[in-house]
This record gives sequence, structure tokens and C-alpha cells, in this order.
Amino acid sequence: QVTDMPGGPRVNQLNLPPGVTEIANDIMWLHWMMLIICTVIFIGVFGVMFYSIVMHRKSRGAKASKFHEHVGVEVAWTVIPFLIVIAMALPATRTVVAMKDTSSADLTIKATGYQWKWGYEYLDGAAKDVKFLSTLSTPRTQIMGTEPRSNTYLMEVDNELVVPVDRKVRIIVTSADVIHAWMVPDFGVKQDAIPGFLRDTWFRATKTGTYRGQCAELCGKDHAFMPIVVRVVSQEEFDAWANEQKQALASAADDPTKEWTKEDLMARGEKVFAANCVACHQANGKGMPPTFPPLDGDEKYVLAPKQGQIDTVLNGHPGTAMAAFRDQLNDVEIAAVITYTRNAWSNAGKGPDPVVQPADVTAQR
Amino acid sequence: MSSVTADHVPASHGHDDHHEMPRGWRRWLFATNHKDIGTMYLIFSFLMLLEGGTLALLLRTELFEPGLQFFQPELFNQFTTMHGLIMIFGAIMPAFVGFANWMIPLQIGASDMAFARMNNFSFWLLPVGAILFTASFFVPGGATASGWTMYAPLSLQMGPGMDFAIFAVHILGASSIMGAINIIVTILNMRAPGMTLMKMPLFCWTWLITAYLLIAVMPVLAAAVTMLLTDRHFGTSFFNAAAGGDPVLYQHVFWFFGHPEVYIMILPAFGIVSAIVPAFARKPLFGYASMVYATAAIAILSFLVWAHHMFATGMPVTGQLYFMYATMLISIPTGVKIFNWVATMWRGSLTFETPMLFAIGFIFVFTLGGFTGLIVAVAPIDIAVHDTYYVVAHFHYVLVAGSLFALFGGAYYWLPKWTGRMYDERLGKWHFWSTMISFNVTFFPMHFLGLAGMPRRYVDYAAQFTDFHQIATIGAFWFGLSQILFMYVVLKAYAGRGEPAAAKPWEGAEGLEWTVASPAPFHTFVTPPVVK
Amino acid sequence: MSASHSAHGNEAPYYYVPADSPHPVRASFSLLLALLGAALWINSYAIGHWVFLLGILSLFVVLFGWFGDAIRESEGGLNSLRVDHSYRWSMAWFIFSEVMFFAAFFGALWYVRQVTTPWLSDLEHQALLWPSFTGTWPNLGPAGVVEPFETMGPFWLPTINTALLLTSGLTLTIAHHALRASHRGKTMFWLAATVILGFTFVACQAYEYFHAYHELNLRFDSGAYGSLFYMLTGFHGFHVILGATMLTVILFRLIKGHFTADHHFGFEGAAWYWHFVDVVWLGLYLFVYWF
Ligand code: HEA
Ligand code: HEA
Ligand code: CUA
Ligand SMILES: [Cu+2]
Repeated sequence: QVTDMPGGPRVNQLNLPPGVTEIANDIMWLHWMMLIICTVIFIGVFGVMFYSIVMHRKSRGAKASKFHEHVGVEVAWTVIPFLIVIAMALPATRTVVAMKDTSSADLTIKATGYQWKWGYEYLDGAAKDVKFLSTLSTPRTQIMGTEPRSNTYLMEVDNELVVPVDRKVRIIVTSADVIHAWMVPDFGVKQDAIPGFLRDTWFRATKTGTYRGQCAELCGKDHAFMPIVVRVVSQEEFDAWANEQKQALASAADDPTKEWTKEDLMARGEKVFAANCVACHQANGKGMPPTFPPLDGDEKYVLAPKQGQIDTVLNGHPGTAMAAFRDQLNDVEIAAVITYTRNAWSNAGKGPDPVVQPADVTAQR
Repeated sequence: MSSVTADHVPASHGHDDHHEMPRGWRRWLFATNHKDIGTMYLIFSFLMLLEGGTLALLLRTELFEPGLQFFQPELFNQFTTMHGLIMIFGAIMPAFVGFANWMIPLQIGASDMAFARMNNFSFWLLPVGAILFTASFFVPGGATASGWTMYAPLSLQMGPGMDFAIFAVHILGASSIMGAINIIVTILNMRAPGMTLMKMPLFCWTWLITAYLLIAVMPVLAAAVTMLLTDRHFGTSFFNAAAGGDPVLYQHVFWFFGHPEVYIMILPAFGIVSAIVPAFARKPLFGYASMVYATAAIAILSFLVWAHHMFATGMPVTGQLYFMYATMLISIPTGVKIFNWVATMWRGSLTFETPMLFAIGFIFVFTLGGFTGLIVAVAPIDIAVHDTYYVVAHFHYVLVAGSLFALFGGAYYWLPKWTGRMYDERLGKWHFWSTMISFNVTFFPMHFLGLAGMPRRYVDYAAQFTDFHQIATIGAFWFGLSQILFMYVVLKAYAGRGEPAAAKPWEGAEGLEWTVASPAPFHTFVTPPVVK
Repeated sequence: MSASHSAHGNEAPYYYVPADSPHPVRASFSLLLALLGAALWINSYAIGHWVFLLGILSLFVVLFGWFGDAIRESEGGLNSLRVDHSYRWSMAWFIFSEVMFFAAFFGALWYVRQVTTPWLSDLEHQALLWPSFTGTWPNLGPAGVVEPFETMGPFWLPTINTALLLTSGLTLTIAHHALRASHRGKTMFWLAATVILGFTFVACQAYEYFHAYHELNLRFDSGAYGSLFYMLTGFHGFHVILGATMLTVILFRLIKGHFTADHHFGFEGAAWYWHFVDVVWLGLYLFVYWF
């Protein structure tokens, strides 16, 4: 049986999450205020209506009176709601202004939406230049129901975004393909990611812990499968994490000038394919035509000279679901995944250029 | 309009220039009679309600449990999209035009609609749109899956199904514009002598104003989807930042249409409720003039608030504040309407036949939806609940419990006039209660889901949301089954079973439509009545 | 044909309601064919364009019959003053809907210039997304994906076109006055002049497009500028063709002896439409070519 998700929805949660930022608390407060005022008006109005329904029914012998106008009450019930609305708008205004103030942040992170994952890049601070992709880690077996679902079903990722507690974190949101939205309910944050544009939002988490959200703008097939997980840690932990990341980054850096063997490229390519391409082209390479074309047996790009395929992977096909991977993958990864597709399934030994080297990709960038 | 009485009840037999009633299929295919066309509209929209409702049930089925059980995500998104499009453009809007066709000429003492042939054209364009919508499921790649809002650039990725939807929207828009022009001209030009504007039944007033909204915003929608079309196929870049365009531009154009559109779907409902409540309170409508002004105020404000659908796109702080304030203002004229209806019931002599039940149900549940509208209008709260099931709950409260309930109420109210038979009151009441309860079972839990952060247009969800989704799915099937009851009640009356209805079957009803026989003769008011 | 029945005597009915008519449903069916065809066509199904053509052709045939009926009713004296009023209202509101259609595109132009372009080129966008994008108008897009092009200034073709359209408005008004004074010959002359001016405008516009494509490299896919330029001027040009065609029909009807000094709404409706097209052009002239 499921229980509450840490940093995510509780079982049968009825209201907004308690929240760990001032903004989230403000929103909670505003919501309660609106709810209470509206409930009072509701009870007032429908109290009158139900009184009338009970007392003024014909079966009780009620005789209809004839009045049909009264300037006094009509003015009153125009003016009073107007005053109520102003009363509601005033505190809301304060929060709007606070939410929109993204200035003087302690840490700035760029979040990029991809179909269907998030990419993060630290623009300043201890982790400057650290960047990684963050993909759903829930296994397929849970989605298909052959394995019991965990408590964090659909709201868990391979690489979490890590931020320090009590710091103003500014998130610059953009997208590489269609509109997504970066939402974390516990922070009271939601910002659309508009391709080609930057928009920003901010939060200052007051408690350490892991907080979860999901993509909140319809972005195609796997809209439901691109969660956001933020781990809020102490400043010390954050600095340690940042160092670790930087070292890992340095040691893992691929050397794009090196000549790779086919086997190494295949092995690497299979991983890249599984992380970036399966969602559309499927593990068996058959795709889901016509939106997602098959790679197995494809004669236009895969079983054709390499240039066309390198171009496709680098730049995508605008106007289709095929994304440009030039900013997401490095040359080694691109060379590896192309080599993989040229030798996997029934493609092995068929087309020209069975092996693509990173240098080939560099040449076409 | 307190007392509208006709000087003489016009004879129902045709005047010289009025032709016999055509027979057989010609009567329907070639129709120029507003009543026949109205009937076709109503039948069409009910069929679309079934189609859109079936899609809703399919998507609710998938949502019964977390995980992927029945449909792939892509297909699920197609269901959601087409459910929205078909309900709005196929079911709700045509249903109101059907009412307008039937009732406006009868209520203002006109012999027909101003342009009888164009009227038929407006109708027959609807099946064209419906065929395009429905056929798109069967083209490669299936129907469009970009949401009924068709946001770029996602909609630019879609297959040929998107083009079908774009053309369908063009056609349905053309139909609406012609229908709106017809209604405006009929009301402005064909009122019986003595029927001044301020004596007109409110249904005519609300439709007059709705028609203005239609001709103002349907062309804007046409422009929006045309830009999508050229971006998709002809190399333009309206919505492509890389070439200097802007995806958010699409949203501005769309919502400039989209927000007035939601009032297009509610103002005629206000008109219907304003006819029913006085009839069963046996008391004139309270505040007739302020009702008219409130309707006009809502219509004008509706043009000024569109970006409240876009708070999360990240607009400047001044923009957010302006659109928040302007949106909140709409609750004032809407409130005036609610208060007027309650005041009409106050110290009346109430009875609760089915039309009245639906009208009261409307006032009660629509107000809930209005309040949630006001709550999402508060920008910070909207940031929390935008694109979650809270919004889904909001708009089903105003659209289903609003528009659809008013349509049901209106159908029961005027069914005797249409068929000449009283419907089965007992079954009607069953239909009401079953609909009312299942509606709330379906949609009330969605508020909780949304507040807890369940995004909309999701094929799969965290297991913590399961219980509320299951309740909603059960409610949806119950709601759907209840509508079969409605179909039965209506068909029974049409089949001529049930008590013959008097010319004026409701004791408290007022208006010219009740001065002609039931069922209304093929031609009415060939020479106009004189209204005092 | 259904409209052949008529009122006895000369007196128009209080409000003429046509008998059942096959035109609307046929027109709808033609449109179904046209749109299905178009949808298939743009997705590269070869039969699409035949289906489209068939649909458009049959639409023309149907409309011909339909308008024929309407004209016969009008000339047969079936349209009382009240019906005439209806036509007036409807034409006015139809034009209003067209105004809104153009307003959407003008709005898009304004938005792209005043909001999108500066936004795309602010400091942060330059730093993180679009280095070296300066945000002038017009531009090649921040990604530099648009081939360089030159813009279309107001001189001389657009200015000549402005003169043509303004003159045509004038000639049309002269024709109208002549019609009101029952000078049929004069009416026809000035109306014919209007039609000629209208089609000359279309020819100039076509030449302008030719020029833009071949010498300026300004094309439909020249980024946001090209998109807006061609959509605005293209839809306008299409409306000019429509308006000029209407006026041509009116001219033929005049030749056939239709219209009287005080019963000629067909003429006036087409004239209103023409003036509307004229006003839209002035907007284009200012905001597309000048500023
Ligand atoms: C019939 C349709 C209809 C109607 C009538 C309304 C009415 C209103 N709507 Fe709604 N709305 C939709 C249909 C409708 N809406 C749809 C379809 C969407 C989603 C579209 C999509 O994204 O797919 C939507 C979305 C939507 C949003 C965007 C949410 C989001 O996506 O994040 C907002 C935000 O402001 C909003 C606000 C309002 C408001 C303020 C009203 C007001 O008109 C309500 C006014 C009524 C009342 C307030 C109640 C009665 C008043 C009183 C009793 C008076 C006293 C009260 C006070 C002074 C408090 N609506
Ligand atoms: C006016 C319009 C209208 C109406 C009447 C409805 C009616 C219903 N709607 Fe909805 N809905 C929209 C307009 C409307 N809707 C819009 C605009 C959207 C947004 C789309 C988008 O995001 O793009 C939406 C989205 C939407 C969603 C969100 C989907 C998502 O985000 O993925 C859901 C989910 O539950 C839903 C459910 C329902 C249900 C259960 C009904 C029920 O009331 C339907 C009941 C009717 C029937 C069921 C048919 C009648 C009966 C039969 C066919 C007989 C057979 C029945 C049985 C065997 C039981 N609708
Ligand atoms: Cu990304 Cu939804
Ligand atoms: Cu709105």
C-alpha cells in the first residue's frame, strides 16, 4: 500500500502542500482567505435561496408577490462585492510583487526542458559549470504494472537538482523543443519553459529535504514522465557535492579527438540510445510511425552516408518531434549513438559508413 | 419585460407566400424553417455530446488506476484534446444556437430567422466540422494531441490530424459567424411591433450579446489557427523564436478568442435560467434592466482579461497585476445575476418541476465554479494550481453544471412547445437528481487533486492520487448513464407519447412563444403580433 | 428551382422567407471536399489536390445558383424594406468580423515588434541563448536561420498601389451618386473604372511579390518579418480580389438592367466591402511599409 510521498503528494491530500518557502506559505494563506470569504458568501446567498425554497413554495400556499425592482439593494449588491474584491486583491498584490522579484539571487541555475527530461546547468556559485540531465528513474515494469509501484512512483529521477538551504535560488527556465513547465508545489513555484526564450522564477527553501514536482505544460507523449526532484541540503553539503561533481566531470570528459573502436562505440551508444532515443524510436528500433519513424531498416539516414544522419542528430528536424541534440550530447556520444543505430537490429552490415568517429561529428558541428 | 401580451394570436395556417411544409428528406436537408433547423442543431449537438462524452469516459477509464492500462500516452492525449474540442465546438455551442433558432423568432414574434437559407448553411457546416474532427482519428498519427488549446510549438509537431482539426475549426468558426449575424439581424430587425428591446425576453438579450462576442472573436481564432497552418506547412515562423517569432504570441491570440469564448458558452445559459426561474416562481424576473447591463458588462470585460490563462508564462509584474484585477472584476456583474435570480425566487410561489430543478441546480453549482474561477484569478494561487486538476474542476463546474445544466433545463422547459407533449415528470426528476449527484461525484474530488499538485493532461499519476481518480471515474460513468435517461425522456415526448401539452403548459410562463399552439405550428407569426 | 414561387400581385410579403433550398447543403458538401482535399494535399497525398479542386469548383457552381436565386428574389420584388434592412445589418457585421480577422494579424505584428524582438535581444538572452542578436526590426531571427533579405519600402510600388486604391474609392463613390441619380451609363462607366483600378492593384501586388522573391530574397519563410509581410498583404490582396469580383458581378447586373435609384443594396454592399478593403490597405501602408 502507498503511503505519503516524501516531498510529494500525501495520500488523498485535500489542500495545497504545507510548503517550505515564504511564497508557498503566502499562497496557502491567500487560498484560505479566498476559500473562507467565498464560503461565507456562498452560505449567505444559498441560505436565502433555500429559505425561500422551503418557505415560499406553492405547496405551502405561498402567494407570489409582484415586486421586481429595488434600486437600493441592486446598488448594494454591486458595491459590496466590489469592495470585497478589492479586499481580496490587496494581499494578493503583495505576493505577486514578491514572486516576480528575482533580483539579487545567491545562486542561479538554468533549467532546460527537453522532450522528455530536464537539463540543469549551474551558472554561478560553487557548482558553476556543473551540468547534467535529469530523467525519470521509475522502471518501465512499474508503469506497466508488472511490479508493485513505489511511494515515489513517477516522481523520482536519476540526477536530482541539488541546492543549498536558506539561499535565494533563481531558476532560469527555457526549453529546447516545445513548452514545458517547471513546477515544484512545495516551493510555490511554476514557470513555463518557452523554447527560445528565458523566463525566471525563484525560491528560498527554509528546510532541507527532497521536494518533488512534475512538468506542468502539455509537451507531447511523455508529458507525464518528466518529473522534477530538488534536494535541498546545507551549504556545506552543497559545497561538497559541487566539488564531487566537478571532479567527476573532469575525469569523465570525453576526448573527441581520440579514435574509438567499433565495440566501444557500440557499448557507449547503446547507453546513449537508451537514455535519449528509446522514448520515440523504441528499443527495437521500430519507432511509432508516422510521428516517430523506425530506425531499423531506415534507408534515408541510417543506411545511408553518415553526413545526413550526423546532421539530423545535431540539428534535428524542425517542425517534427526530432530534436536537435547538439547541446545535449557531446561529439563522442553522438558518434557512439549513430554507430550504434547503424549496427543494431537488422542494420548490421547493410549500409555505408558503419562506424562514425567523434571527429566526424566535430567536423560537422 | 414584465408583461408581454400579444394583441391577437396569429392564425397558424400559412400566409400566401408561405409554402407548404416540405416532406421527406428534403424537409431536413434543404430546410429553411427555423424550427426544423433548430431541431437539427439540437440533435447534432446531442450526438456530439455522446461522442465527446465517450472520449471522456475512455480517458477516465485509463485514469482509473495509476500506470498504463488501456491506452498509450499519445492516444490518451488525443482523447483529451478531442474531448475538449468536440464538447466546446460540437456540443455546447451548437446546442445554444439550436435554442436560439427555435426560440428567438417565437419570442420576438418573427416569422423566421432573417436569413433562412444561410441559417441552413450554418447548420450543415457543422457535420463538415464533425466529420473532419472524427476522421482525424483515422489518419496516420491519429488526431491532434496538443490539447484543445493547440499551443505552438507542440501543435507544429503533430501529424495530418492537426490539419484536419485546423480546418474543422475554420469551418465551425464560419458557421458560428454566420449564425451570429443571423441572430443579430433577426433580433434587431424582426421584432414584432411594440416589442422594444427592453421588453425582449432575456434569452434574446443574452443571445444578442453573445452573437456580438462571436463575430468579434471567431475571426481571431481563425487567424490563430491559420498562422499554425502556415507555420506547419508553408515555412512561416510566427511561433518560432529561432526565426524571430514567439510561441507566446500564439497564446495571446488564442486566449483573446478563448476567454470571450467561455462567456459565449455561458451567457445564453444565463438567458435560459432567466426564463425558467420567474416561470416557476410565478413572479416577474427581479432586476430585468440590471440583468441586461450585467450581461453587457460581462461581455465587455471578457475582452480585457485573456492573459489570466497565461500567468505561468512569465509576464511582467504589471501584466500579472492588471490581468488579475480585471479578471476579478467579472465576478461583480456575475454576482448581480445570481442575486437577481435569488431575489426572483424570494416570496414567489415556487414549484419544482424538472426545468426549475435544473435552473436551481445551475445557480447552486455554477456559483461554486464561479468561486473557483475567482480563486484561480488570484495570480499567486493560479501559479500553484495552473494546469492542474483544480482548473479542470473549475471549468467543468461552469461548463457542465453551468452550460449543460442550463441546456437540460431549457430543453425540459420548451419540450412541450417543441413536441406538443409533456415529458415524463417523474423520469425528468430522476434525471436531474442522478445528473446532479454524479456530476459532483465526478468533479468535486478534482479540486483536491489539483490542490495536491496533480497536473492535467496526464496519462499516469503518482499512486497517492488514486482514490480521488477512482471516485471521479465512477462518477463519470454514472453521469454518462444518466444521460441515457435524458435521451429516453426526450425521445418519448417526440414519439408523441405523454400527455398533450397546452399552448401554455407552465402556469407562470410568460412570453410570445406560449401564445402559439403546442407543438408550435410549422409557420408562426407570418404576420407579426402586436405587443403592448 | 425553389425560388420560382412568388407572391401574387406586386406587393412584397411582410418578410420574405425562401422556400426549402438545396444550395446550403450542397455548398457544405463542396467545402467538405475542398477541405479534405486540402488537408490531404498539404500532407503530400497526391489525390488531395484533385479533391480540393473538385470541391472548389462545385462550390463555385453552387454559389452561382444560390446568388442567382437571391438576385431573382430581389428583382422579383419579394424583398420588402425590412429584408433590405436585414441585408444592410448583415453586411455591416460581416465586415466587422473581417476587421477582427485583420486586427489579429496587426496585433501579431505589433507584438512581434514591440514585445518579442526586444525580449529576445535583452542582455540575459544575449548571454545565455542568442549571442550577438541585436533585436533590430526586421531581423533574420536570433539563430541566424533566415537567409538575408531586403525589406519592401513604401516607394514606389506600394505608394502607387495606395493611389490606385484611393482613386478607386473615389470612382466608386461617383458611380454610386450616378446610380442614385439614375444615370445608368455613367454608373457603369465609373464602376468599370473601379474594377479596372482594383485589378490593376492586384497586378501590381503580384509584380511586387515577384520582385520581392527574385530581387530582395524576401520570401514567405523570411522569418517573422516575411511571415507577417506576406500574411498581411496576402490576405489583403485576396480580399481585393474578392471585392473586385463582387464589383464585377454588380457591373454585369447593371448591364442586365438590375438596380434602381432607390433599390440597389447589392451595389452598396459591394461598395462598403470595397471601402473596408481600402481602409485595411491604409493600415498596411502605414505599419507594414512605412514604419
Ligand atoms: C462557461 C465557461 C466559463 C465561465 C463562466 C468561467 C468563469 C470564470 N473563470 Fe474560467 N475557465 C473556463 C471556463 C469558464 N470560466 C475554461 C474552459 C477554462 C480552462 C481553459 C483551458 O485551459 O483549457 C477556464 C480557466 C480559467 C482561468 C485560468 C486557469 C488556469 O489555467 O490556470 C481563470 C483565471 O483567472 C479563470 C477565471 C474565471 C473567472 C474569474 C470567472 C468568472 O466569470 C466567475 C464569476 C462568478 C462568480 C465569482 C460566482 C458568483 C458571484 C457572486 C455570488 C458574487 C459575489 C462574489 C464575490 C464578490 C466574491 N478561468
Ligand atoms: C463543454 C464542455 C465539456 C463537457 C460537457 C465535458 C464533460 C466531461 N468531461 Fe471534460 N473537458 C472539457 C470540456 C467539457 N467536458 C475541456 C474543454 C477539457 C480540456 C481539454 C484539454 O485539456 O485540452 C476537458 C477535459 C477533461 C478532463 C481532463 C483530461 C486531462 O487533463 O487529461 C477530464 C478528466 O476527467 C474530463 C472529464 C469529463 C467528463 C467525465 C465529462 C462528462 O460530463 C461527460 C458525460 C457525457 C457522456 C458520458 C456521454 C453520454 C452518454 C453516453 C455516451 C452513453 C454511454 C455511456 C455509458 C456506457 C456509461 N474532461
Ligand atoms: Cu514537459 Cu510536459
Ligand atoms: Cu478565461
